[in-house]
Amino acid sequence: MFRTALRNVFAHKARLLMTVLAVMLGVAFVSGTLVFTSTISNAFQNSSAKGFDGVDVSVSPTYQEGRGDSLGKPRELTQAQLATVEKLPGVESAVGVVKGFTGLADKHGKLVGGGFQSEGANYWGTKDARYPLVSGSAPHGADEIAIDSRTAERTGYKVGDTVRVSVDGPVLTPRVSGVFRTDDGNVAAGGSLALFDTATAQKLLAKPGTYDSIDVKAAAGTSQTELKAALDKALTTKAVDTVTGKKLADDQAEAISRSMSGLKQGLLVFAGIALFVGTFIIANTFTMLVAQRTKELALLRAVGASRRQVTRSVLIEAFVVGSVAGVTGLLAGIGIGAGLRSLLGTFGADLPDGPLVVEPSAIVAALAVGILITMLAAWLPGRRAARIPPVAAMSSLHAQATTKSLVLRNTLGALFTGAGVAVVLWATTLSGSDGQAPMGLGAVLLIIGVFILTPLLSRPLIAAASPVLRIFGVSGKLARQNSVRNPRRTAATASALMIGLTLITGMTVMAGSVQQAIEKMAASAIRADYVVSMANGRELSKDVGEKLAASGDVTASSPLRNAPARIGGETEYLTGVNGSTIGRLTDLKVDDGDFKISGDRIVVDKGTAKRNHWTVGSQLTAHFEDGKAERLTVSGVYEGNEVIQGALMDISTLTPHASDSRDMQVLVKTKDGVSSASKDKLIKTLGTNPVIQVQSKQDLSDSIAQIFTLMLNMLYGLLAMAVIVAVLGVINTLAMSVFERSQEIGMLRAIGLDRKGIKRMVRLESLVISLFGGVLGIGLGVFFGWAAGELLGTSMPTYELVLPWARMGIFLLLAGFVGVLAALWPARRAARLNMLTAIKAE
Amino acid sequence: MTTTPVAGRTTATVAARATDLSKIYGQGETQVVALDRVSIDFHQAEFTAIMGPSGSGKSTLMHCVAGLDSFSSGSVRIGDTELGSLKDKQLTRLRRDKIGFIFQAFNLLPTLTALENITLPMDIAGRKPDQQWLDSVIEMIGLSGRLGHRPSELSGGQQQRVAVARALASRPEIIFGDEPTGNLDSRSGAEVLGFLRNSVRELGQTVVMVTHDPVAAAYADRVVFLADGRLVDELYGPTADTVLDRMKQFDSKGRTS
Repeated sequence: MFRTALRNVFAHKARLLMTVLAVMLGVAFVSGTLVFTSTISNAFQNSSAKGFDGVDVSVSPTYQEGRGDSLGKPRELTQAQLATVEKLPGVESAVGVVKGFTGLADKHGKLVGGGFQSEGANYWGTKDARYPLVSGSAPHGADEIAIDSRTAERTGYKVGDTVRVSVDGPVLTPRVSGVFRTDDGNVAAGGSLALFDTATAQKLLAKPGTYDSIDVKAAAGTSQTELKAALDKALTTKAVDTVTGKKLADDQAEAISRSMSGLKQGLLVFAGIALFVGTFIIANTFTMLVAQRTKELALLRAVGASRRQVTRSVLIEAFVVGSVAGVTGLLAGIGIGAGLRSLLGTFGADLPDGPLVVEPSAIVAALAVGILITMLAAWLPGRRAARIPPVAAMSSLHAQATTKSLVLRNTLGALFTGAGVAVVLWATTLSGSDGQAPMGLGAVLLIIGVFILTPLLSRPLIAAASPVLRIFGVSGKLARQNSVRNPRRTAATASALMIGLTLITGMTVMAGSVQQAIEKMAASAIRADYVVSMANGRELSKDVGEKLAASGDVTASSPLRNAPARIGGETEYLTGVNGSTIGRLTDLKVDDGDFKISGDRIVVDKGTAKRNHWTVGSQLTAHFEDGKAERLTVSGVYEGNEVIQGALMDISTLTPHASDSRDMQVLVKTKDGVSSASKDKLIKTLGTNPVIQVQSKQDLSDSIAQIFTLMLNMLYGLLAMAVIVAVLGVINTLAMSVFERSQEIGMLRAIGLDRKGIKRMVRLESLVISLFGGVLGIGLGVFFGWAAGELLGTSMPTYELVLPWARMGIFLLLAGFVGVLAALWPARRAARLNMLTAIKAE
Repeated sequence: MTTTPVAGRTTATVAARATDLSKIYGQGETQVVALDRVSIDFHQAEFTAIMGPSGSGKSTLMHCVAGLDSFSSGSVRIGDTELGSLKDKQLTRLRRDKIGFIFQAFNLLPTLTALENITLPMDIAGRKPDQQWLDSVIEMIGLSGRLGHRPSELSGGQQQRVAVARALASRPEIIFGDEPTGNLDSRSGAEVLGFLRNSVRELGQTVVMVTHDPVAAAYADRVVFLADGRLVDELYGPTADTVLDRMKQFDSKGRTS
């Protein structure tokens, strides 16, 4: 039996090609994900382990205990503590580390690394082993910095150049004294690292004479644990934390593998979708192969093969196909894994170097997935093959497509669809997180239901297209009829495309709606012309608010300044605002009481009020960081949003208690309103600082839109695989149809349909099937987008369903394009068919 | 021996004519001559049967004359059109407009109704069928009650009658049949052949049919015999017996020579 099966594989290699390709793509996706994640996780771990090479124990300060009801602050490490450490026996050397946000402007004045990966630190002494210099010399004094080599390469800065750097206050313009190499993870991920000499770094990033941590290197013969014990003894253990270098590296490694496994799972979900779509193609192919080989299989039965043997021969065929797909998929996956890294590199997301890691688990997974999926999908066709009676060997005709009634199937499909719709609708009435699980369940039920119903749906939907097809004359008519000729096959082919488009449309609808909701929130709540903030989302320097308030162009400004306080045993973040101007800068809906902020009068948002059972007139006592308390009265309740929320109080009441608190944002109204001139003026007022953002409402929407666009594009990229597999499915189905109908096509040619007409007939059939899948997918996607939005809407008052008509149009065009593309080869084949051999009766 | 025309047919116009028609497959050692300088006329309103043993070239002759296959040398005319110089597109159009076909395997489109199958050549051409003519054809083949049925709902004989109607419906200059009764039982076969003969007698249609069945050939006005790619004999007004006799004769001749 094995030999027969093997012969069959070779005999039908062309017809199995698409199946192999489809499985291969899925397997490649899986193994590519595994190879890629294990490779970069290995590289990250190596680079981070290297980063801890010189550290045997790290000493860091603990948080102070809060006094009474007030809150603690982190301590600093002092020069004296460093001296203590240095003198300990068993210590070879100790490095005082100062670190903090440091923004570096590139030659166009733009911040390098986007804010979150812009770091500054100290260069220790005259020769810091952590930062080997590539060129130039170590930074000395307040006017010199050293920059990392990747940043130097990216920005084009060289030793001797003057650069613009901002830490917190005004812009500094130091000279680049040197360029160094580093394995720092932030730099590897596209950020920048600027080094000052220790005194300057302390002044800028900490306090003079203090450190954020101390890295200690053990003398020869002293183990990390011994050193840690000695340090614990020498330093007041309550004030510092000591961690061995090994533990630091282990913790880091664990953190890396945790974040990698998230990425891996995310990618595998999409690989799973592609594979799922692939199963339709496999099942289709084997169904057709079995149908075409009815006579052959019947002959096997007639000469004495058992049913089991027939099934087994089909499964062996599937095994061979799956193995080929698994092996080629694995190879392709390794290629993808390697290629993806360099691809990401060209997009600017730098990853540390390292060898390609192909774990045995990746190999096993690739082969198992390829073989199991193929055999599973071929199982039903295999059983069907066994049911062919031996007598079928005698009849001369091709086996007809299963004409078994669709009644059972339709009933089942209707049940699933009904249940799915019901569950989804019910889930939309639930609030937020409660609805997620039922919504997911309903979505799965509905997709299964629609999939089962596709044969039934194909007739009316394709019939609806017939007026358009009539334009194409007899080719159109034949195409329409051919496409509903084998509803099961058409359904399976269209379903493959449907799944991809459902997901793509659903995501687009949701993302578009959420984006608009957030924009609306920001736009409707803010009346200010500009919002000034830090690029890294941290507090602004104190002078920013002062400068803006003093500027002649600014007519009104208010800070948004956060300060923690304990109220009734809970920590609440109070936001200090300018009570006299905030009304002109924001537009908040007041639900109850007055929007009045001054002295002890505060306003709170609805959520906070509800949580704390506050109403208008409620009295509360806030304990601040400085240990003092203040009695406050709620004068109004407003509707909060993503931009402004929580308790708002007057800045003059807050400031005495929170001297260290600084502005998160400053809202500004200018004399000239929003214009590029007024924006430039503001930027100049603030000293053209690369780390300070001045954003109008439009800028805010743009940056929100940018995030969503990026996210959507990534999803599109990942779902593209499922669509490509679906295209292979359409090609496969068409090729099989052309093969099955070669006699008909020969007859059509003989009685006068020219090659163009034949081509058009195949193309239109492909178009009809693809558009059918597209319409179903887009329809389902819109439904899911709407349903998920209903769920989201409960936590987002400005949420409203936005139907992206233009995008949906593009998706439909895409489905049509898929159809035309998929038909290229089958249509050519059909048109080139040898008429005489085709019409000859067998 | 080829031209001893029966009285009354001397003035008949030629519907299709092959002159020195040769068809050679392969080259050199493996060369096979399927047709060897065959010259033959098919007259209008005449029912011709082409006979010969397997491999005699009878199907090839029909395919070449019908514009289904290319030939190596010589010429073929359908009406006034010389086929040798035509491109595929023009040949297709010629087949569509001037030729009707009936094949052995019924070759109907299973998705179309009987009526739609009958009008298919006109649909392809984008022409409206001549309703009166269509009605008379349908009446003749006696399928009026079954026009809405699909081929799978018709018997083999009924399917082949639909195929005959399709060939007749577009009023082609000539109809070619390739073993049109090969897949039918004798009664259905007789019916189909009767229709073909009637179409010649009553409608003035020209029909050329390839067959190996002497009974089928007996329905024709004229039988031509092929052997080894050459035209070897011809018989007018055949009966099943005379055809069988000729076949035996030349079968033994073929064997001895």
